Amino acid sequence: MYDITVIGAGVTGTFIARELSKYQLSVLLIDKENDVANGTTKANSAIVHAGFDATEGTLKAKLNVRGNELYEEICKELHVPFKRIGSLVIAFDKQEMETVHELFERGTKNGVPQMELLDKESVLKLENNLSEEIIGALYAKTAGIVGPWELAIALAENALENGVELLLNSPVTEIKKIVGGYCIAAGDRKIECKMIINCAGIHSDDINNLVNSASFEILPNRGEYNLFDKSVGNIVNTIVFRCPSEAGKGVVVMPTVHGNLLIGPTSEYVDSKASFDTTLEGLTSINEHTQHMLKQLSLQSVITSFTGLRAKTRTQDFIIEESKESLGFFNVAGIDSPGLTSAPAIAEYVIELVKRRIENIEIKHDFNPYRRPNIQFMELPDIEKAKLIEKDPSFGRIICRCEHITEGEIVDVIKRKAGARTLDGVKRRARPGSGRCQGGFCAPRVMEILAREQEIDITEVVKCGLDSYILTGKTK
Amino acid sequence: MLYYDIVVIGGGPAGLAAAIEARKNGVKKILIIERDRELGGILQQCIHNGFGLHIFKEELTGPEYAERFIKELITMGIEYKLDTMALEVSDNKVITAMNSTDGILHIQAKAIILAMGCRERTRGAIRIPGTRPAGVLTAGTAQRFVNMEGYMVGKRIVILGSGDIGLIMARRLTLEGADVLAVAELMPYSGGLTRNIVQCLEDYNIPLYLNHTVVNIEGHDRVEAVTIAQVDNKLKSIKGTEKRFECDTLLLSVGLIPENELSKSAGIELDNVTGGPIVNESMETSVEGIFACGNAVHVHDLVDWVTEESKRAGSGAAKYIQGQIESDCKSIKLKGINGVRYVVPHQIRLDNIEQPVELMMRVDNIYKDIKLIIKMNGEVIKEVKRSHVAPGEMESIKLDLSKFTPGDSDGIFIEIVKEEV
Repeated sequence: MYDITVIGAGVTGTFIARELSKYQLSVLLIDKENDVANGTTKANSAIVHAGFDATEGTLKAKLNVRGNELYEEICKELHVPFKRIGSLVIAFDKQEMETVHELFERGTKNGVPQMELLDKESVLKLENNLSEEIIGALYAKTAGIVGPWELAIALAENALENGVELLLNSPVTEIKKIVGGYCIAAGDRKIECKMIINCAGIHSDDINNLVNSASFEILPNRGEYNLFDKSVGNIVNTIVFRCPSEAGKGVVVMPTVHGNLLIGPTSEYVDSKASFDTTLEGLTSINEHTQHMLKQLSLQSVITSFTGLRAKTRTQDFIIEESKESLGFFNVAGIDSPGLTSAPAIAEYVIELVKRRIENIEIKHDFNPYRRPNIQFMELPDIEKAKLIEKDPSFGRIICRCEHITEGEIVDVIKRKAGARTLDGVKRRARPGSGRCQGGFCAPRVMEILAREQEIDITEVVKCGLDSYILTGKTK
Repeated sequence: MLYYDIVVIGGGPAGLAAAIEARKNGVKKILIIERDRELGGILQQCIHNGFGLHIFKEELTGPEYAERFIKELITMGIEYKLDTMALEVSDNKVITAMNSTDGILHIQAKAIILAMGCRERTRGAIRIPGTRPAGVLTAGTAQRFVNMEGYMVGKRIVILGSGDIGLIMARRLTLEGADVLAVAELMPYSGGLTRNIVQCLEDYNIPLYLNHTVVNIEGHDRVEAVTIAQVDNKLKSIKGTEKRFECDTLLLSVGLIPENELSKSAGIELDNVTGGPIVNESMETSVEGIFACGNAVHVHDLVDWVTEESKRAGSGAAKYIQGQIESDCKSIKLKGINGVRYVVPHQIRLDNIEQPVELMMRVDNIYKDIKLIIKMNGEVIKEVKRSHVAPGEMESIKLDLSKFTPGDSDGIFIEIVKEEV
């Protein structure tokens, strides 16, 4: 019997699993998908918010500011890309400027450090590609950008290094109360555990309802994005939010940690938890909003668009509590924005809840907080490159022509703990296929490597989901 | 540091022809850098025939066409490195490259010929709404899977775009037992060669929907359906004209983009229309001693013309290192106007040309019964009649400039004029 099962291997679940791995506990992390970070973690704005958005006194307000503080160290330990580039909320008229002032005041109450109100000139000095029509902005220096899936993958890997077990491809279909805990039916496995932490994202209400009455409901809310080529990645240096108003709800223009430009998101309640489609209306709307914010933006450099689903609730706040009906069953639900930012603080918070249930929880003295960094071959000096190629010639073979990713780097991300099993899994870890050609040239080669390393047939290699087969068989 | 007279980047049809021609012009130390595992470039996956009609006066398959050049290259003893990626080209002609046997290579060349070819435009670039399942891929990637790796990519297929690769793949996949349900083309005309429309679609009863685009993709893990709709003259989809096809695959054949990341690293000036370097009569770019040819300069529809153009780059580079190129001489610019989208070369240095000069161009629409008029100093210096021109078919005109003096001309202009009946 495991001490704890964490359901859902997104950024919240993996943060909690890693936090739990600091203690003498047997922990199982399970997910219905064939990789970690396959839900909302893979499709969001990737922002570490400063913390002026949430209403004071809410869990969101508290955990956002704390989470933001924790980011630097965790990303350093795990070698995850994180840049504290600051954020701007820009205003186009007096009314919007009033909102900006309100945000400043709210931020102050929430304890957000290093905020500043800027006039037009100072904003344009910071961001000279912004529209001349702006009149001012709120500047929050502590906001940052992160690689969200890289973070969840790194957390999972580090948790596994510290003894957590990972079970993928295992949708939870049943939870029964048994003596001293729970029995979970997940995929073809039955898992017994003392406690459950429900981090199932947009499905967290479904998981709760398997054993408890329906105390909350997740309302999936769709956000659509456009991602641009690196050639326009430096059009802004900070995260630039449009001031929330009736004209639009806080569209953002920002660089990603990899140097692309990201714009979005829309915000729209949808009926289905499977609404992962982008829409012409949605993408057009974010394009128009963004073009209004900037002096110039050519849509020719869009390389891809995507949709993420926010796990919203009616209370608009995080639900992080032990179920009143089931001892040892913790809901960590409604983790929409600023969920990514808050995740490290959520993990701390959850541990405190768990500690109330387990007396004398023991610290694991050999916990290793560090994770070996991903090899970024092209970042190495030439001498190091040459040495590495001599040791392992696969580092001399470029597989992804656009991003210059070598075979050695791809093999490494497959062989790691919580390693890549799918084409998108490789892409998220090592980035082949995220460039201009979007995998046109390298997908066949990456599939070859995936098949070889996992000793499977190339027709068994999938793109992302379980049934996302790429090849349908041999030719005649 | 390695030293070569000429380094050719890319071992496809353009690079092969350029290297061979440079050797024929007396250049000794030539190196081809090829990123794939074999020479021949995209020709190796084009197993259909129709290559070489102009140059060899026979119908060859892609690999056969490539083989003729590869054999000649090997006979000549021209060096090449396979599975080698050129990472950077500097404006002083140092190439940084990498492979698994040599590690990092720095190569100083006297002249460089850029022949990187092109890549396919992707789904993101054309912004198709819907889900992002497996089963959406470019026609060229599908061609590689089917023809080189021996795997099928789907059973029921819709194709967006009627570029040549898409048309060829419609036939290829049909022959492999797949159902190709429809080809949708955004424009009122096909982007491919007429012969491919006839031989790849009409002969197999595959419907071509002109003025149509894909408006939705369904399916979470794998494509389950694709919806197309008619577009108006502003290319916006028209509500109520949707047609939904249940299928497992969407192939994209929506255009090719010259690959010029290396050109950019060398600071070479690019043409916004072609997406490739601005070149002169010798196929030299804006950086002295760096030449370019083939689909890296502008996307061709016949490999024969890539070969012809690349030979000019090869001989140009040879003459350059032999000091036979006159760079300080009268130069005249060429420009396409009124229906002519672009002309290659972009400029001609008169002292360097062997008459006549081959001009290659593309038009911006389908026109019937027109004349292509070439003007200099306000005078018509040549006109050719065409009963039919189309954006999918490159036009070429031989121009003899020996009888004309450019004077203070602001350039040579090429345009379409309706023929009066």
